[in-house]
Amino acid sequence: MKARIVVGEGSCGLAAGAAAVYDALKTALNPGKASLGITGCVGACFLEPIVDIYDEKGGLHRCVHVGAENAEAIARAAETGDYAAIADILIRPEDEKFLTRQTRIALRHCGIVDPESLEDYVAAGGYSALKKALTEMTPESVIEEIKVSGLAGRGGAGFPTWFKWDAARKSAGEEKYLICNADEGDPGAFMDRAVIESDPHNLIEGMMIGAYAIGAIEAIVYVRAEYPLAIVRLREAIRQAREKGYVGKNILGTGFSCDIRIKAGAGAFVCGEETALIESLEGNRGMPRLKPPFPAAEGYWHKPSNINNVETFANVSWIIENGGPAFAAMGTENSKGTKVFAVTGKVKRGGLVEIPMGMTLRDVIFDIAGGIREDKKFKAVQLGGPSGGCIPEKLLDTVIDYKSLTATGAIMGSGGMVVMDETTCMVGVAKFFLEFTTRESCGKCVHCRLGTKRLGEILTRIVEGKGREGDVELLEELCTTVKDGALCGLGQSAPNPVLTTIRYFREEYDAHIRDKKCPAKSCSALLTYSIDKEKCIGCSSCARKCPAKAISGEVKHPFEIDSKLCIRCGACKNTCRFGAVTVE
Amino acid sequence: MTNTEAAVDLTLLDETLAEYAGVKGSLISILQKTQEIYGYIPPDAVYYISERTGDSPAKIMGVATFYSQFRFQAVGKYLIMLCKGTACYVNGAETILDAISDELGIGNNETTPDGLFSLSVVSCLGCCSLAPVMMINDKTYGSLTTDKARQILRDLRKEAENA
Repeated sequence: MKARIVVGEGSCGLAAGAAAVYDALKTALNPGKASLGITGCVGACFLEPIVDIYDEKGGLHRCVHVGAENAEAIARAAETGDYAAIADILIRPEDEKFLTRQTRIALRHCGIVDPESLEDYVAAGGYSALKKALTEMTPESVIEEIKVSGLAGRGGAGFPTWFKWDAARKSAGEEKYLICNADEGDPGAFMDRAVIESDPHNLIEGMMIGAYAIGAIEAIVYVRAEYPLAIVRLREAIRQAREKGYVGKNILGTGFSCDIRIKAGAGAFVCGEETALIESLEGNRGMPRLKPPFPAAEGYWHKPSNINNVETFANVSWIIENGGPAFAAMGTENSKGTKVFAVTGKVKRGGLVEIPMGMTLRDVIFDIAGGIREDKKFKAVQLGGPSGGCIPEKLLDTVIDYKSLTATGAIMGSGGMVVMDETTCMVGVAKFFLEFTTRESCGKCVHCRLGTKRLGEILTRIVEGKGREGDVELLEELCTTVKDGALCGLGQSAPNPVLTTIRYFREEYDAHIRDKKCPAKSCSALLTYSIDKEKCIGCSSCARKCPAKAISGEVKHPFEIDSKLCIRCGACKNTCRFGAVTVE
Repeated sequence: MTNTEAAVDLTLLDETLAEYAGVKGSLISILQKTQEIYGYIPPDAVYYISERTGDSPAKIMGVATFYSQFRFQAVGKYLIMLCKGTACYVNGAETILDAISDELGIGNNETTPDGLFSLSVVSCLGCCSLAPVMMINDKTYGSLTTDKARQILRDLRKEAENA
């Protein structure tokens, strides 16, 4: 067998320059000596662009941070089988740990199969679970298998998947719908995008199994409009699957029919809430409905509907193929299987990490993701996006499962894990999230619409140095009111970032309010810039850069900053090559 | 809604309306097609859609203003979507925003007088490992620094001038 070269073309890879690498390889390769193809995202975003070479024996040689200038060497190596010349771009053993320490189920084909090829997916064992479900199992036994597996909703709520399927199956009526929530709105989470871009057939297969289980006549994928590549790949995959009879009328000759279509979202965070998503699917403003009735009884067009997240569906075909007990064998008492996290922020190795439940936060952040960049000090990890919370260092040994994470005040959420170091201000983070939820509140209920606004205003005055004694208590009181009074998950969880930062980083709030200082040196209104007379050589470059003309002095003598004129933009500090500008 | 701009060619919508006007629940799809055609949602189009679908202009505007994807003014040749998701925020998206604003002389949701650039700050583009990130007309640019962001804009300006 000839060697095969595969370029990782997920959104991250393309943003890092994978398309140019592919073109260069195409030019460099001699026809017939080695083949060239694409794959999705393997999740090691910090190494992009990635090029994999599978040699004649199937052995993998993974090249990282590849540029078009490496194409010639890669092509020759693949053609001759001599990999010595590309040794310097092969993945380093410590970076390999990022992948070898993971356990992959939802992401098992990502970065391996060609997302644009149905044949590739089938060769990797794809669609055999759908065949098994349709020909060897009843819908009830499919639901039973999912029940045994312990699979719970991966979008954030962690609700048992089988229970929702069972409720939808038992609801009266012939017209039922299966909906996939791919409106991945949590800033900092991108596993759903990776699954759709890298392994769209796995999503389709999981959805068709779910559709069979509940008896759906149509399946709909509600995808964020911000994911253009995911929509293109999914559309093509659906076309291929329909052509081969895995989707549509009389699937695999079994008499079961269900078609699938894509609905592009239009940008509203609240549409991640299932009843808001249904409203949006019906062409309305995405405002949540009162529950009950739950979607299983009255959902899309008031017909029984079941909604699951992308990652949830991505586990389904594996469970049907390997059995519920195999999935349940992984994880902890109350949380089974694996979970994908998008590890980002100040870590050395950022990307997608799929691990069995039960690992600790420390394992993920320090062992897999390599710890903090520039060896700065870890401060907090933000879990669960705007609905989640910030977890401090003393809780890093917390075990990752639904119950333990909820006990910290954060949530598992969709799996966003943003790591922050000593330079991030925790009051600033709380304000950042509140600005987000204020903007995204649909406005239906007063507690959320006005409560988040007022919380944001108080946080703003604190970071501007205008905080008052009693503000923290006021925040806490208001948080409780918003939590209790809001209709949907958005409002009920919006106070979490404020409550957790107060709970674990109270001293930072106090420093802002009482001492008018920002310990992280991040809130510009609370900083004082000055010039160290010992270090300044009087080159005048800071004075020339200063937009406020606040710096004066005589060349070759130390300069001075007039704090009354200073607008604290930091331009002088960025300009000075002698480290003479200090910030307090 | 008063229309002070040049009249738009509403017949461009006929194909879309023929396909969707009778399909219940397709208002968002119609609006997305409208924006694809004109680059934004022109006021005249709202009345036109209303006539053909039977939805009131108020209902159509209610839906359109709810979603951040829809714009009500024409955008420049290059639409800059600067990500302000959590990972980008932690990695300094604010300073990138300042640099872009300074380079182009525009703020969020504004367009340069020459009609070349529009700036829009968005919640999360999902390329968090490359933070800070911006997307310009469906192309993603990652690991931005203020200098890199300025250079990208200058290159695009040059490209447009040479075209």
